[in-house]
Amino acid sequence: MNSPHRRRTGWQTALGLALTAVMLFPVYWMLNVSFTRDQDMRKSPPDLFPVHATLDGYRAVLDQQLPYLGTSLVVGLGTVVLTVALSAPAGYALAKLRPRGGGVIGFLLLVAQMIPGIIMAMGFYAIYLQLGLLQSVPGLILADSTLAVPFAVLIFTAFMSGIPGELLQAAQMDGAGPLRTFRSVVLPMSRNAVVTVSLFAFLWSWSDFVFAGTLVNGGAHEPITLGIYHYIGNNNQEWNAIMATAVVASLPATVILVLAQRYVAAGVTAGAVKD
Amino acid sequence: MSHTTQVPHRRPAPGPSGAVPAEPPRARRRRPTSQQLAAWAFLAPVALYLALFYAYPLYRNVDLSLRDYTVRSFVQGDAPFTGLENYRKVFDDPAFGPALTHTIVFTAVCLVFQYAIGLALAVFFNQHFRLSATLRALFLVPWLLPLIVSASTWSWMLNSDSGIVNALLGAVGIGPVNWLTSPDWSLTSVIIANIWIGVPFNLVLLYSGLQSIPASLYEASALDGAGPWRRFWSITFPLLRPVSAITLLLGLVYTLKVFDIIWIMTKGGPADSSTTFATWSYRLGFGNLLPAFGPGAAVGNLLVVAALVFGLVYLRVQRKQAPA
Repeated sequence: MNSPHRRRTGWQTALGLALTAVMLFPVYWMLNVSFTRDQDMRKSPPDLFPVHATLDGYRAVLDQQLPYLGTSLVVGLGTVVLTVALSAPAGYALAKLRPRGGGVIGFLLLVAQMIPGIIMAMGFYAIYLQLGLLQSVPGLILADSTLAVPFAVLIFTAFMSGIPGELLQAAQMDGAGPLRTFRSVVLPMSRNAVVTVSLFAFLWSWSDFVFAGTLVNGGAHEPITLGIYHYIGNNNQEWNAIMATAVVASLPATVILVLAQRYVAAGVTAGAVKD
Repeated sequence: MSHTTQVPHRRPAPGPSGAVPAEPPRARRRRPTSQQLAAWAFLAPVALYLALFYAYPLYRNVDLSLRDYTVRSFVQGDAPFTGLENYRKVFDDPAFGPALTHTIVFTAVCLVFQYAIGLALAVFFNQHFRLSATLRALFLVPWLLPLIVSASTWSWMLNSDSGIVNALLGAVGIGPVNWLTSPDWSLTSVIIANIWIGVPFNLVLLYSGLQSIPASLYEASALDGAGPWRRFWSITFPLLRPVSAITLLLGLVYTLKVFDIIWIMTKGGPADSSTTFATWSYRLGFGNLLPAFGPGAAVGNLLVVAALVFGLVYLRVQRKQAPA
Protein backbone atom coordinates (compact mmCIF):
# COMPACT_ATOMS: atom_id res chain seq x y z
CA MET A 1 0.00 0.00 0.00
CA ASN A 2 2.92 2.30 0.60
CA SER A 3 4.42 2.04 -2.85
CA PRO A 4 3.42 5.46 -4.22
CA HIS A 5 4.32 7.21 -0.99
CA ARG A 6 7.69 5.79 -0.14
CA ARG A 7 9.04 9.21 0.74
CA ARG A 8 6.31 9.82 3.27
CA THR A 9 7.22 6.93 5.52
CA GLY A 10 9.91 9.03 7.18
CA TRP A 11 7.51 11.37 8.89
CA GLN A 12 5.14 8.52 9.60
CA THR A 13 7.85 6.70 11.53
CA ALA A 14 8.63 9.91 13.39
CA LEU A 15 4.98 10.44 14.26
CA GLY A 16 4.67 6.79 15.25
CA LEU A 17 7.64 7.11 17.58
CA ALA A 18 6.18 10.26 19.11
CA LEU A 19 2.78 8.63 19.68
CA THR A 20 4.38 5.57 21.20
CA ALA A 21 6.45 7.78 23.48
CA VAL A 22 3.30 9.55 24.70
CA MET A 23 1.48 6.25 25.18
CA LEU A 24 4.34 4.66 27.09
CA PHE A 25 5.15 7.74 29.16
CA PRO A 26 3.44 6.34 32.29
CA VAL A 27 5.59 3.22 31.97
CA TYR A 28 8.70 5.36 31.70
CA TRP A 29 7.55 7.39 34.67
CA MET A 30 7.11 4.26 36.74
CA LEU A 31 10.73 3.34 35.93
CA ASN A 32 11.96 6.86 36.61
CA VAL A 33 10.26 7.08 40.00
CA SER A 34 11.48 3.61 40.96
CA PHE A 35 15.06 4.95 40.73
CA THR A 36 14.39 8.27 42.47
CA ARG A 37 15.90 8.99 45.89
CA ASP A 38 13.56 9.62 48.83
CA GLN A 39 14.72 13.21 49.22
CA ASP A 40 13.99 13.97 45.55
CA MET A 41 10.53 12.43 45.62
CA ARG A 42 8.72 15.63 46.59
CA LYS A 43 10.86 17.87 44.43
CA SER A 44 8.90 20.33 42.30
CA PRO A 45 9.18 20.06 39.37
CA PRO A 46 10.20 16.41 39.50
CA ASP A 47 13.36 15.26 37.74
CA LEU A 48 12.53 14.01 34.26
CA PHE A 49 15.46 11.61 34.36
CA PRO A 50 16.81 9.61 37.30
CA VAL A 51 19.86 11.87 37.65
CA HIS A 52 20.68 10.63 41.14
CA ALA A 53 19.55 7.09 40.53
CA THR A 54 19.28 4.86 43.55
CA LEU A 55 18.49 1.20 43.94
CA ASP A 56 16.86 1.68 47.36
CA GLY A 57 13.45 0.92 45.92
CA TYR A 58 14.62 -2.39 44.49
CA ARG A 59 16.38 -3.23 47.74
CA ALA A 60 13.04 -2.78 49.47
CA VAL A 61 11.46 -5.14 46.95
CA LEU A 62 14.08 -7.78 47.71
CA ASP A 63 13.62 -7.30 51.44
CA GLN A 64 9.85 -7.23 51.61
CA GLN A 65 8.16 -8.41 48.45
CA LEU A 66 9.76 -11.76 47.62
CA PRO A 67 7.12 -13.83 49.47
CA TYR A 68 4.36 -11.99 47.59
CA LEU A 69 6.10 -12.64 44.27
CA GLY A 70 6.49 -16.30 45.18
CA THR A 71 2.78 -16.61 45.96
CA SER A 72 1.88 -14.94 42.68
CA LEU A 73 4.12 -17.33 40.79
CA VAL A 74 2.59 -20.40 42.45
CA VAL A 75 -0.94 -19.11 41.95
CA GLY A 76 -0.21 -18.21 38.34
CA LEU A 77 1.24 -21.62 37.49
CA GLY A 78 -1.57 -23.38 39.35
CA THR A 79 -4.12 -21.39 37.38
CA VAL A 80 -2.41 -22.32 34.11
CA VAL A 81 -2.43 -26.04 34.90
CA LEU A 82 -6.03 -26.03 36.09
CA THR A 83 -7.21 -23.94 33.13
CA VAL A 84 -5.52 -26.07 30.48
CA ALA A 85 -6.57 -29.33 32.13
CA LEU A 86 -10.20 -28.23 32.20
CA SER A 87 -10.53 -26.46 28.89
CA ALA A 88 -8.48 -28.50 26.44
CA PRO A 89 -10.74 -31.59 26.74
CA ALA A 90 -13.82 -29.39 26.60
CA GLY A 91 -12.53 -27.65 23.49
CA TYR A 92 -11.91 -31.04 21.88
CA ALA A 93 -15.42 -32.23 22.70
CA LEU A 94 -17.05 -29.04 21.41
CA ALA A 95 -14.94 -28.92 18.26
CA LYS A 96 -14.87 -32.55 17.22
CA LEU A 97 -17.20 -34.83 19.17
CA ARG A 98 -20.49 -32.98 18.70
CA PRO A 99 -22.01 -33.60 22.12
CA ARG A 100 -25.74 -33.08 22.43
CA GLY A 101 -26.26 -29.85 24.32
CA GLY A 102 -22.77 -28.66 23.49
CA GLY A 103 -24.22 -25.47 22.05
CA VAL A 104 -25.73 -24.61 25.42
CA ILE A 105 -22.37 -25.05 27.14
CA GLY A 106 -20.70 -22.86 24.54
CA PHE A 107 -23.34 -20.21 25.05
CA LEU A 108 -23.02 -20.35 28.85
CA LEU A 109 -19.27 -19.95 28.53
CA LEU A 110 -19.74 -16.77 26.51
CA VAL A 111 -22.20 -15.40 29.03
CA ALA A 112 -19.94 -16.37 31.93
CA GLN A 113 -17.27 -14.00 30.61
CA MET A 114 -19.61 -11.09 31.08
CA ILE A 115 -20.25 -11.48 34.79
CA PRO A 116 -18.41 -8.74 36.70
CA GLY A 117 -15.52 -9.97 38.82
CA ILE A 118 -16.72 -8.39 42.06
CA ILE A 119 -19.98 -10.32 41.84
CA MET A 120 -18.08 -13.57 41.46
CA ALA A 121 -15.84 -12.49 44.33
CA MET A 122 -18.80 -11.95 46.64
CA GLY A 123 -20.24 -15.34 45.76
CA PHE A 124 -16.87 -17.02 46.28
CA TYR A 125 -16.47 -15.23 49.60
CA ALA A 126 -19.78 -16.57 50.88
CA ILE A 127 -18.91 -20.10 49.75
CA TYR A 128 -15.30 -20.08 50.97
CA LEU A 129 -16.39 -18.79 54.35
CA GLN A 130 -18.43 -21.93 54.82
CA LEU A 131 -15.83 -24.27 53.37
CA GLY A 132 -12.95 -22.68 55.27
CA LEU A 133 -11.15 -21.92 52.01
CA LEU A 134 -10.62 -18.23 52.70
CA GLN A 135 -6.97 -17.15 52.72
CA SER A 136 -5.84 -20.35 51.04
CA VAL A 137 -3.73 -20.65 47.92
CA PRO A 138 -5.84 -23.42 46.29
CA GLY A 139 -8.93 -21.30 46.85
CA LEU A 140 -7.33 -18.37 45.08
CA ILE A 141 -6.17 -20.58 42.20
CA LEU A 142 -9.70 -21.88 41.77
CA ALA A 143 -11.17 -18.39 41.78
CA ASP A 144 -8.51 -17.02 39.43
CA SER A 145 -9.14 -19.83 36.98
CA THR A 146 -12.66 -18.48 36.41
CA LEU A 147 -10.97 -15.49 34.75
CA ALA A 148 -9.47 -17.73 32.09
CA VAL A 149 -11.53 -20.89 31.62
CA PRO A 150 -14.32 -19.52 29.37
CA PHE A 151 -11.80 -17.76 27.15
CA ALA A 152 -9.62 -20.87 27.10
CA VAL A 153 -12.46 -23.15 25.99
CA LEU A 154 -13.27 -20.72 23.18
CA ILE A 155 -9.66 -20.67 22.02
CA PHE A 156 -9.31 -24.44 22.16
CA THR A 157 -12.61 -24.98 20.35
CA ALA A 158 -11.68 -22.55 17.60
CA PHE A 159 -8.22 -24.03 17.23
CA MET A 160 -9.21 -27.70 17.35
CA SER A 161 -11.96 -27.15 14.78
CA GLY A 162 -9.12 -26.57 12.35
CA ILE A 163 -7.58 -30.01 12.88
CA PRO A 164 -8.49 -32.13 9.84
CA GLY A 165 -11.06 -34.81 10.63
CA GLU A 166 -9.15 -37.34 8.54
CA LEU A 167 -6.33 -37.33 11.05
CA LEU A 168 -8.70 -38.23 13.85
CA GLN A 169 -10.33 -40.90 11.71
CA ALA A 170 -6.91 -42.32 10.94
CA ALA A 171 -6.12 -42.55 14.64
CA GLN A 172 -9.45 -44.27 15.18
CA MET A 173 -8.70 -46.77 12.41
CA ASP A 174 -5.46 -47.55 14.21
CA GLY A 175 -7.57 -48.51 17.19
CA ALA A 176 -7.12 -45.39 19.29
CA GLY A 177 -10.05 -44.50 21.53
CA PRO A 178 -11.16 -40.89 22.07
CA LEU A 179 -8.81 -40.44 25.03
CA ARG A 180 -5.85 -41.82 23.13
CA THR A 181 -6.71 -39.69 20.08
CA PHE A 182 -6.93 -36.64 22.28
CA ARG A 183 -3.60 -37.24 23.98
CA SER A 184 -1.59 -38.40 21.03
CA VAL A 185 -3.05 -36.42 18.13
CA VAL A 186 -5.15 -33.48 19.22
CA LEU A 187 -3.06 -32.12 22.08
CA PRO A 188 0.30 -32.22 20.30
CA MET A 189 -1.25 -30.47 17.33
CA SER A 190 -2.76 -27.77 19.56
CA ARG A 191 0.53 -26.53 20.95
CA ASN A 192 -0.12 -22.96 19.83
CA ALA A 193 -3.49 -22.90 21.52
CA VAL A 194 -1.94 -24.31 24.70
CA VAL A 195 0.68 -21.55 24.63
CA THR A 196 -1.89 -18.79 24.05
CA VAL A 197 -4.17 -20.06 26.80
CA SER A 198 -1.30 -20.54 29.24
CA LEU A 199 0.01 -17.02 28.62
CA PHE A 200 -3.32 -15.38 29.25
CA ALA A 201 -4.22 -17.59 32.21
CA PHE A 202 -0.90 -16.76 33.84
CA LEU A 203 -1.12 -13.06 33.09
CA TRP A 204 -4.69 -12.70 34.33
CA SER A 205 -4.07 -14.57 37.53
CA TRP A 206 -0.81 -12.69 38.11
CA SER A 207 -2.66 -9.39 37.65
CA ASP A 208 -5.76 -10.33 39.62
CA PHE A 209 -6.63 -7.89 42.35
CA VAL A 210 -10.34 -8.42 42.96
CA PHE A 211 -10.20 -12.07 44.05
CA ALA A 212 -6.97 -11.54 45.96
CA GLY A 213 -8.43 -8.53 47.78
CA THR A 214 -11.58 -10.36 48.82
CA LEU A 215 -10.45 -13.95 49.30
CA VAL A 216 -6.89 -13.91 50.69
CA ASN A 217 -6.57 -10.40 52.11
CA GLY A 218 -4.70 -10.51 55.41
CA GLY A 219 -3.75 -14.15 55.00
CA ALA A 220 -0.33 -15.75 55.16
CA HIS A 221 -0.01 -16.03 51.38
CA GLU A 222 -0.84 -12.86 49.51
CA PRO A 223 0.02 -12.23 45.87
CA ILE A 224 2.07 -9.30 44.59
CA THR A 225 -0.98 -7.22 43.67
CA LEU A 226 -1.86 -7.10 47.36
CA GLY A 227 1.76 -6.40 48.20
CA ILE A 228 1.56 -3.21 46.13
CA TYR A 229 -1.88 -2.39 47.48
CA HIS A 230 -0.74 -2.60 51.10
CA TYR A 231 2.20 -0.39 50.23
CA ILE A 232 -0.12 2.31 48.92
CA GLY A 233 -2.73 1.79 51.60
CA ASN A 234 -0.30 2.28 54.46
CA ASN A 235 0.15 5.85 53.34
CA ASN A 236 3.61 4.82 52.49
CA GLN A 237 5.57 7.73 51.12
CA GLU A 238 8.34 5.57 49.67
CA TRP A 239 7.10 5.79 46.15
CA ASN A 240 10.40 4.51 44.82
CA ALA A 241 9.73 1.22 46.59
CA ILE A 242 6.12 1.14 45.38
CA MET A 243 7.14 1.82 41.80
CA ALA A 244 10.02 -0.64 41.99
CA THR A 245 7.53 -3.29 43.07
CA ALA A 246 5.29 -2.24 40.19
CA VAL A 247 8.21 -2.62 37.78
CA VAL A 248 8.93 -6.11 39.07
CA ALA A 249 5.22 -6.98 38.91
CA SER A 250 5.23 -5.89 35.26
CA LEU A 251 8.04 -8.24 34.29
CA PRO A 252 5.84 -11.19 33.25
CA ALA A 253 3.82 -8.95 30.94
CA THR A 254 7.01 -7.57 29.41
CA VAL A 255 8.59 -10.97 28.94
CA ILE A 256 5.41 -12.27 27.35
CA LEU A 257 5.18 -9.29 25.02
CA VAL A 258 8.77 -9.69 23.89
CA LEU A 259 8.78 -13.46 23.50
CA ALA A 260 5.23 -14.20 22.44
CA GLN A 261 3.71 -11.12 20.90
CA ARG A 262 1.97 -12.99 18.12
CA TYR A 263 0.16 -15.20 20.62
CA VAL A 264 -1.06 -12.13 22.48
CA ALA A 265 -2.50 -10.43 19.41
CA ALA A 266 -4.01 -13.75 18.31
CA GLY A 267 -5.64 -14.16 21.70
CA VAL A 268 -7.14 -10.68 21.77
CA THR A 269 -8.65 -11.07 18.33
CA ALA A 270 -9.77 -14.66 18.73
CA GLY A 271 -11.69 -13.79 21.86
CA ALA A 272 -13.76 -11.16 20.15
CA VAL A 273 -14.06 -11.34 16.39
CA LYS A 274 -15.93 -14.34 15.04
CA ASP A 275 -14.04 -17.47 15.90
CA MET B 1 4.78 -24.30 30.99
CA SER B 2 2.17 -26.99 30.84
CA HIS B 3 2.65 -30.67 31.38
CA THR B 4 0.00 -31.63 28.86
CA THR B 5 2.00 -30.97 25.73
CA GLN B 6 4.57 -33.73 25.97
CA VAL B 7 2.89 -36.73 24.38
CA PRO B 8 4.00 -36.60 20.79
CA HIS B 9 5.85 -39.92 20.43
CA ARG B 10 3.13 -41.49 18.33
CA ARG B 11 2.32 -39.53 15.22
CA PRO B 12 -0.71 -40.65 13.25
CA ALA B 13 0.02 -42.24 9.91
CA PRO B 14 -1.28 -39.90 7.24
CA GLY B 15 -1.62 -42.70 4.69
CA PRO B 16 -5.11 -44.15 5.25
CA SER B 17 -6.78 -40.78 5.33
CA GLY B 18 -7.35 -40.80 1.60
CA ALA B 19 -8.85 -44.27 1.66
CA VAL B 20 -11.84 -43.56 3.87
CA PRO B 21 -13.56 -40.52 2.46
CA ALA B 22 -17.04 -42.04 2.69
CA GLU B 23 -16.88 -43.07 6.33
CA PRO B 24 -17.03 -39.84 8.32
CA PRO B 25 -20.39 -38.36 7.33
CA ARG B 26 -22.30 -41.56 8.00
CA ALA B 27 -20.63 -42.08 11.36
CA ARG B 28 -21.45 -38.52 12.31
CA ARG B 29 -25.04 -38.65 11.30
CA ARG B 30 -25.70 -41.69 13.42
CA ARG B 31 -24.20 -40.11 16.53
CA PRO B 32 -23.59 -43.42 18.27
CA THR B 33 -24.19 -43.40 22.01
CA SER B 34 -20.62 -44.36 22.73
CA GLN B 35 -19.44 -41.22 20.99
CA GLN B 36 -21.93 -39.14 22.93
CA LEU B 37 -20.63 -40.71 26.11
CA ALA B 38 -17.06 -39.90 25.15
CA ALA B 39 -18.01 -36.36 24.18
CA TRP B 40 -19.66 -35.71 27.50
CA ALA B 41 -16.82 -37.34 29.37
CA PHE B 42 -14.56 -34.68 27.87
CA LEU B 43 -17.07 -31.92 28.48
CA ALA B 44 -18.22 -32.93 31.95
CA PRO B 45 -15.41 -31.28 33.92
CA VAL B 46 -16.16 -27.89 32.41
CA ALA B 47 -19.92 -28.35 32.75
CA LEU B 48 -19.45 -29.21 36.41
CA TYR B 49 -17.05 -26.34 36.78
CA LEU B 50 -19.57 -23.90 35.29
CA ALA B 51 -22.22 -25.09 37.68
CA LEU B 52 -20.00 -24.99 40.76
CA PHE B 53 -17.97 -21.85 40.14
CA TYR B 54 -20.29 -19.66 38.09
CA ALA B 55 -23.86 -20.72 38.69
CA TYR B 56 -23.46 -21.35 42.39
CA PRO B 57 -21.65 -18.09 43.28
CA LEU B 58 -24.25 -16.25 41.21
CA TYR B 59 -27.00 -18.07 43.04
CA ARG B 60 -25.39 -17.25 46.38
CA ASN B 61 -25.26 -13.63 45.32
CA VAL B 62 -28.95 -13.58 44.45
CA ASP B 63 -29.68 -15.27 47.76
CA LEU B 64 -27.57 -12.66 49.60
CA SER B 65 -29.56 -9.89 47.97
CA LEU B 66 -32.91 -11.34 49.08
CA ARG B 67 -32.09 -11.78 52.76
CA ASP B 68 -31.27 -9.56 55.67
CA TYR B 69 -27.70 -10.58 56.37
CA THR B 70 -25.61 -9.51 59.29
CA VAL B 71 -22.08 -10.68 60.00
CA ARG B 72 -23.51 -13.25 62.41
CA SER B 73 -26.16 -14.66 60.15
CA PHE B 74 -23.66 -14.57 57.29
CA VAL B 75 -21.54 -17.11 59.14
CA GLN B 76 -24.46 -19.14 60.49
CA GLY B 77 -26.51 -18.97 57.32
CA ASP B 78 -29.91 -18.32 58.94
CA ALA B 79 -30.67 -14.80 57.71
CA PRO B 80 -34.38 -14.04 57.35
CA PHE B 81 -35.84 -13.80 53.86
CA THR B 82 -36.84 -10.22 53.13
CA GLY B 83 -37.75 -10.29 49.46
CA LEU B 84 -36.86 -7.18 47.53
CA GLU B 85 -36.21 -5.12 50.66
CA ASN B 86 -32.49 -4.78 49.86
CA TYR B 87 -33.25 -3.55 46.36
CA ARG B 88 -35.69 -0.98 47.76
CA LYS B 89 -33.01 0.16 50.20
CA VAL B 90 -30.57 0.54 47.34
CA PHE B 91 -32.97 2.52 45.15
CA ASP B 92 -33.86 4.84 48.04
CA ASP B 93 -30.24 5.37 48.97
CA PRO B 94 -29.13 8.95 48.17
CA ALA B 95 -25.98 7.41 46.68
CA PHE B 96 -28.00 5.61 43.99
CA GLY B 97 -28.52 8.54 41.63
CA PRO B 98 -24.91 9.71 41.60
CA ALA B 99 -23.62 6.14 41.26
CA LEU B 100 -25.88 5.58 38.26
CA THR B 101 -24.77 8.86 36.65
CA HIS B 102 -21.11 8.12 37.27
CA THR B 103 -21.45 4.61 35.85
CA ILE B 104 -23.07 5.95 32.68
CA VAL B 105 -20.65 8.86 32.27
CA PHE B 106 -17.63 6.68 32.99
CA THR B 107 -18.72 4.01 30.54
CA ALA B 108 -19.80 6.36 27.76
CA VAL B 109 -16.79 8.70 27.88
CA CYS B 110 -14.32 5.83 28.14
CA LEU B 111 -15.93 4.03 25.19
CA VAL B 112 -16.02 7.08 22.93
CA PHE B 113 -12.39 8.01 23.53
CA GLN B 114 -11.03 4.48 23.50
CA TYR B 115 -12.78 3.79 20.24
CA ALA B 116 -11.88 7.06 18.54
CA ILE B 117 -8.22 6.92 19.59
CA GLY B 118 -8.01 3.20 18.85
CA LEU B 119 -9.48 3.71 15.37
CA ALA B 120 -7.21 6.64 14.55
CA LEU B 121 -4.19 4.62 15.62
CA ALA B 122 -5.36 1.53 13.73
CA VAL B 123 -5.71 3.54 10.51
CA PHE B 124 -2.34 5.15 11.13
CA PHE B 125 -0.54 1.87 11.78
CA ASN B 126 -2.26 0.27 8.80
CA GLN B 127 -0.01 2.34 6.54
CA HIS B 128 2.89 -0.02 7.18
CA PHE B 129 5.78 2.38 7.59
CA ARG B 130 9.16 1.48 8.98
CA LEU B 131 8.94 0.18 12.55
CA SER B 132 5.12 0.17 12.42
CA ALA B 133 4.84 -3.46 13.56
CA THR B 134 7.22 -2.90 16.48
CA LEU B 135 5.53 0.29 17.63
CA ARG B 136 2.12 -1.33 17.34
CA ALA B 137 3.32 -4.13 19.58
CA LEU B 138 4.58 -1.59 22.13
CA PHE B 139 1.10 -0.10 22.26
CA LEU B 140 -0.07 -3.34 23.85
CA VAL B 141 1.94 -2.67 27.00
CA PRO B 142 -0.71 -0.69 28.92
CA TRP B 143 -3.22 -3.44 28.34
CA LEU B 144 -0.91 -6.20 29.58
CA LEU B 145 0.25 -4.50 32.76
CA PRO B 146 -1.47 -5.54 35.97
CA LEU B 147 -4.21 -3.02 36.72
CA ILE B 148 -2.74 -2.26 40.12
CA VAL B 149 0.51 -1.24 38.42
CA SER B 150 -1.26 1.12 36.02
CA ALA B 151 -3.54 2.50 38.70
CA SER B 152 -0.77 3.21 41.19
CA THR B 153 1.44 4.75 38.50
CA TRP B 154 -1.40 7.06 37.47
CA SER B 155 -2.07 7.89 41.12
CA TRP B 156 1.45 9.13 41.54
CA MET B 157 1.49 10.95 38.20
CA LEU B 158 -1.72 12.74 39.17
CA ASN B 159 -0.56 13.54 42.70
CA SER B 160 -1.47 17.17 43.43
CA ASP B 161 1.88 18.32 44.79
CA SER B 162 4.52 16.04 43.32
CA GLY B 163 2.85 14.61 40.25
CA ILE B 164 4.37 15.02 36.81
CA VAL B 165 1.02 15.99 35.27
CA ASN B 166 0.65 19.07 37.42
CA ALA B 167 4.33 19.88 36.87
CA LEU B 168 3.78 19.79 33.09
CA LEU B 169 0.59 21.84 33.37
CA GLY B 170 2.43 24.33 35.56
CA ALA B 171 5.11 24.67 32.90
CA VAL B 172 2.49 25.96 30.44
CA GLY B 173 0.92 28.21 33.06
CA ILE B 174 -2.05 26.15 34.20
CA GLY B 175 -2.55 26.06 37.94
CA PRO B 176 -2.34 22.83 39.90
CA VAL B 177 -5.37 20.55 39.64
CA ASN B 178 -6.34 18.33 42.56
CA TRP B 179 -6.90 15.36 40.32
CA LEU B 180 -7.64 12.73 42.91
CA THR B 181 -8.61 14.78 45.93
CA SER B 182 -11.15 17.15 44.43
CA PRO B 183 -14.71 15.90 43.85
CA ASP B 184 -14.77 17.88 40.58
CA TRP B 185 -11.86 15.99 39.07
CA SER B 186 -11.77 12.49 40.53
CA LEU B 187 -14.11 10.98 37.93
CA THR B 188 -12.13 12.63 35.12
CA SER B 189 -8.92 11.18 36.55
CA VAL B 190 -10.13 7.59 36.63
CA ILE B 191 -11.61 8.04 33.15
CA ILE B 192 -8.24 9.19 31.79
CA ALA B 193 -6.46 6.22 33.33
CA ASN B 194 -9.07 3.79 32.03
CA ILE B 195 -8.96 5.21 28.51
CA TRP B 196 -5.21 4.71 28.55
CA ILE B 197 -5.68 1.07 29.51
CA GLY B 198 -8.44 0.43 26.95
CA VAL B 199 -6.89 1.96 23.82
CA PRO B 200 -4.68 -1.06 23.01
CA PHE B 201 -7.63 -3.45 23.02
CA ASN B 202 -9.52 -1.23 20.56
CA LEU B 203 -6.40 -0.78 18.46
CA VAL B 204 -5.79 -4.51 18.11
CA LEU B 205 -9.39 -5.37 17.23
CA LEU B 206 -9.87 -2.50 14.80
CA TYR B 207 -6.49 -3.10 13.20
CA SER B 208 -7.40 -6.72 12.55
CA GLY B 209 -10.66 -5.45 11.04
CA LEU B 210 -8.76 -3.12 8.72
CA GLN B 211 -6.66 -6.04 7.49
CA SER B 212 -9.74 -7.61 5.93
CA ILE B 213 -10.64 -4.57 3.81
CA PRO B 214 -9.29 -5.30 0.32
CA ALA B 215 -6.57 -2.89 -0.79
CA SER B 216 -8.07 -2.84 -4.30
CA LEU B 217 -10.98 -0.77 -2.98
CA TYR B 218 -8.58 1.94 -1.89
CA GLU B 219 -6.69 1.81 -5.14
CA ALA B 220 -9.90 2.14 -7.13
CA SER B 221 -11.11 5.13 -5.15
CA ALA B 222 -7.66 6.72 -5.31
CA LEU B 223 -7.92 6.47 -9.09
CA ASP B 224 -11.29 8.17 -8.83
CA GLY B 225 -9.52 11.02 -7.09
CA ALA B 226 -10.81 10.49 -3.55
CA GLY B 227 -8.57 12.00 -0.89
CA PRO B 228 -7.59 10.19 2.30
CA TRP B 229 -10.37 11.82 4.34
CA ARG B 230 -12.98 10.87 1.77
CA ARG B 231 -11.56 7.33 1.53
CA PHE B 232 -11.84 6.92 5.28
CA TRP B 233 -15.48 7.97 5.43
CA SER B 234 -16.68 6.18 2.31
CA ILE B 235 -14.67 2.94 2.56
CA THR B 236 -12.92 2.34 5.86
CA PHE B 237 -15.61 3.43 8.26
CA PRO B 238 -18.60 1.70 6.61
CA LEU B 239 -16.71 -1.55 5.97
CA LEU B 240 -15.45 -1.54 9.53
CA ARG B 241 -18.96 -1.31 10.96
CA PRO B 242 -19.27 -4.99 11.98
CA VAL B 243 -15.90 -4.98 13.76
CA SER B 244 -16.73 -1.61 15.31
CA ALA B 245 -19.99 -2.98 16.70
CA ILE B 246 -18.22 -5.94 18.25
CA THR B 247 -15.46 -3.75 19.67
CA LEU B 248 -17.85 -1.25 21.20
CA LEU B 249 -20.18 -3.84 22.69
CA LEU B 250 -17.34 -5.84 24.17
CA GLY B 251 -15.84 -2.60 25.47
CA LEU B 252 -19.20 -1.73 26.98
CA VAL B 253 -19.42 -5.01 28.86
CA TYR B 254 -15.84 -4.67 30.09
CA THR B 255 -16.13 -1.00 31.06
CA LEU B 256 -19.34 -1.48 33.02
CA LYS B 257 -17.53 -3.78 35.39
CA VAL B 258 -14.33 -1.77 35.82
CA PHE B 259 -13.53 -1.85 39.48
CA ASP B 260 -9.79 -2.12 40.15
CA ILE B 261 -8.75 1.20 38.64
CA ILE B 262 -11.32 3.27 40.46
CA TRP B 263 -10.92 1.49 43.76
CA ILE B 264 -7.14 1.75 43.75
CA MET B 265 -7.00 5.38 42.58
CA THR B 266 -9.85 7.00 44.54
CA LYS B 267 -11.80 4.29 46.39
CA GLY B 268 -14.82 5.93 44.72
CA GLY B 269 -14.20 9.19 46.57
CA PRO B 270 -13.81 11.86 47.57
CA ALA B 271 -17.38 12.07 48.83
CA ASP B 272 -18.55 9.39 46.36
CA SER B 273 -17.62 11.64 43.42
CA SER B 274 -16.18 8.71 41.47
CA THR B 275 -18.38 5.94 42.82
CA THR B 276 -19.81 3.61 40.18
CA PHE B 277 -22.03 0.59 40.71
CA ALA B 278 -18.99 -1.67 40.79
CA THR B 279 -17.17 0.22 43.54
CA TRP B 280 -20.39 0.93 45.43
CA SER B 281 -21.26 -2.75 45.50
CA TYR B 282 -17.80 -3.62 46.77
CA ARG B 283 -17.82 -0.92 49.41
CA LEU B 284 -21.18 -2.04 50.73
CA GLY B 285 -20.03 -5.63 50.94
CA PHE B 286 -16.40 -5.33 51.98
CA GLY B 287 -15.38 -1.72 52.43
CA ASN B 288 -16.91 -0.99 55.82
CA LEU B 289 -16.37 -2.39 59.27
CA LEU B 290 -20.02 -3.42 59.29
CA PRO B 291 -20.56 -5.04 55.93
CA ALA B 292 -23.95 -4.70 54.25
CA PHE B 293 -23.81 -7.92 52.26
CA GLY B 294 -27.46 -7.76 51.22
CA PRO B 295 -27.48 -4.31 49.62
CA GLY B 296 -24.00 -4.93 48.23
CA ALA B 297 -25.20 -8.05 46.47
CA ALA B 298 -28.30 -6.19 45.26
CA VAL B 299 -26.18 -3.50 43.59
CA GLY B 300 -23.97 -6.20 42.15
CA ASN B 301 -26.96 -8.00 40.68
CA LEU B 302 -28.14 -4.82 38.96
CA LEU B 303 -24.70 -4.70 37.38
CA VAL B 304 -24.96 -8.34 36.32
CA VAL B 305 -28.30 -7.65 34.65
CA ALA B 306 -26.87 -4.67 32.77
CA ALA B 307 -23.78 -6.64 31.69
CA LEU B 308 -25.90 -9.59 30.57
CA VAL B 309 -28.30 -7.43 28.55
CA PHE B 310 -25.44 -5.87 26.60
CA GLY B 311 -23.68 -9.21 26.50
CA LEU B 312 -26.66 -10.82 24.82
CA VAL B 313 -26.86 -7.95 22.32
CA TYR B 314 -23.18 -8.60 21.61
CA LEU B 315 -23.81 -12.30 21.02
CA ARG B 316 -26.68 -11.49 18.68
CA VAL B 317 -24.58 -9.09 16.65
CA GLN B 318 -21.71 -11.57 16.55
CA ARG B 319 -23.95 -14.42 15.45
CA LYS B 320 -25.53 -12.30 12.73
CA GLN B 321 -22.06 -11.55 11.39
CA ALA B 322 -20.75 -15.08 11.57
CA PRO B 323 -22.37 -16.48 8.40
CA ALA B 324 -21.52 -13.40 6.35
